[in-house]
Amino acid sequence: MEALERRAALTGIGQSEVGRRLGRDPLELTLDACLAAIRDAGLTTRDIDGLATYPGAFGGQPGFSGAGVTEVHDALRLELDWYSGGIERPGQLGAVIDACAAVACGFATHVLCFRSVWEGTAQGKGGRKGIGVAGGGGGGGGFRASGSPMEYTLPFRAYSAASWIAMVAQRHFHEFGTTREQLAWIALNARRHAAGNPQAIYREPMTLDDYLAARPISTPFCLFDCDVPCDGATAMIVSRAEVARDLRRPPLRVEAVGSALRGRPSWDQFDDLTTMALRDAAAMLWERTDLRPADVDVAELYDGFSFIALAWLEALGFCGRGEGGPFIEGGTRIALNGEIPLNTNGGQLSGGRLHGYGFLHEACVQLWGEGGDRQVPGDPRVAVAAAGGGPLGGCLLLTRD
Amino acid sequence: MADASEKPFRVLPRVTPTNEHFWRGGAEGELRFLRCGDCGTWVHPPSPVCPSCHGKGVAPRAVSGRGTVATYTLNHQPWVPAPDHPYAIAIVELEEQPGLRLMTNVVGCPAEDVHIGMRVRVVFEQHDDVWIPLFEPAVV
Repeated sequence: MEALERRAALTGIGQSEVGRRLGRDPLELTLDACLAAIRDAGLTTRDIDGLATYPGAFGGQPGFSGAGVTEVHDALRLELDWYSGGIERPGQLGAVIDACAAVACGFATHVLCFRSVWEGTAQGKGGRKGIGVAGGGGGGGGFRASGSPMEYTLPFRAYSAASWIAMVAQRHFHEFGTTREQLAWIALNARRHAAGNPQAIYREPMTLDDYLAARPISTPFCLFDCDVPCDGATAMIVSRAEVARDLRRPPLRVEAVGSALRGRPSWDQFDDLTTMALRDAAAMLWERTDLRPADVDVAELYDGFSFIALAWLEALGFCGRGEGGPFIEGGTRIALNGEIPLNTNGGQLSGGRLHGYGFLHEACVQLWGEGGDRQVPGDPRVAVAAAGGGPLGGCLLLTRD
Repeated sequence: MADASEKPFRVLPRVTPTNEHFWRGGAEGELRFLRCGDCGTWVHPPSPVCPSCHGKGVAPRAVSGRGTVATYTLNHQPWVPAPDHPYAIAIVELEEQPGLRLMTNVVGCPAEDVHIGMRVRVVFEQHDDVWIPLFEPAVV
């Protein structure tokens, strides 16, 4: 089977200002990122004939979507041959995977992909809200939960993905002996790397003692196992490979994608309670390439909750199933000079909850050698970017020739 | 059953003809799931077609109410104000079928006593027209 995603390449990236609570128009942030990505690729808005985003103009949790396809389409007066926005797809990066398919099929030549959030400003100073609670459910008053997953979670006071994912982590701890002292290294590693990222939200040093002393959220997770809501937008250009080589930057070829979900699409009904949909997405990625985990120079793996990054490390084969705890303990293997540098921009735990697209952005930064103080040494040429936890999971393997 | 004054706030489910066996079975003291009349597969959440044999003979049936804690978390974060943090959220697997599970709360014991592998049995907490299926430690 020919992996047709190799006809696609990443050719430009852009990011808006990122901050805890910027109080700025989310569409303006979105357009800042989009225009930066277009310029970065050496293109103009007239060259963009495709547009893709996650989750689209979704009206659920406040701040969850800063703009949909229609707003960006119209604001930039794009002339589109193909566009796609929506939430039912293999994780946040599913929109980018769709864009790869679109250029491989010839539906479009240059697809602008973006993700925009303003959860920091939307949630205000009252702290992070639970799902369904922020929207008015918390006051009683006749609100009734319906549909998956709300109907079978909210009545049991499970208001947040923090609790849903915590139960997967707890089962992993039970079956494999994983400890909080081990899991801590996802957060500590992210904080260490955030120091080199001027856009990161939290950059001051954090110690293992700081982590262990943090207040519990939903066991085994403490505050530092949860990513930080922020405002910001990220964008990238997916181009048809034949034209990509004539652009401003060396193209980053899409070597393989993973979009599979072979188990049940559910937070609590997945067959293996120690992992999630990402298991299947990761498996599919390696089914589509001759490259192996040992060939990967840098990994940017979703850490909406710390345990998700550990689960991606296992699923992608950087260590064996159940071996993630000992693998990350001490943080040397996942450091910038380690065997698999992880979340080099601080991830979402310290960098901010850009919701998946920060990982792909950073994979491109690293492959283009522009990481500055956080650049992985040794001229990295292969990177994996992955997003999603629970029933969401999608990943891309990028290579620079 | 807990006294009304002890019940925590809960977001209640929207009860429909499709799910009312699950949310109102507690009125008769029964935890009910759909079961395929052709091949015997238990189905949750509800679906009009059996996922195993694709037959349409699914109908509500009571389970024993006995199960095991497959995993859990103690929720400390006050997403909603409540007097009883931390409380235990769990995934309980029923003894009738491997993988027949639901998210729930373990009640009737200190939250710190909840553990994976704990044997539990169903109890119901009524709110208006809904009977929330919760679990307490089974008396061994």
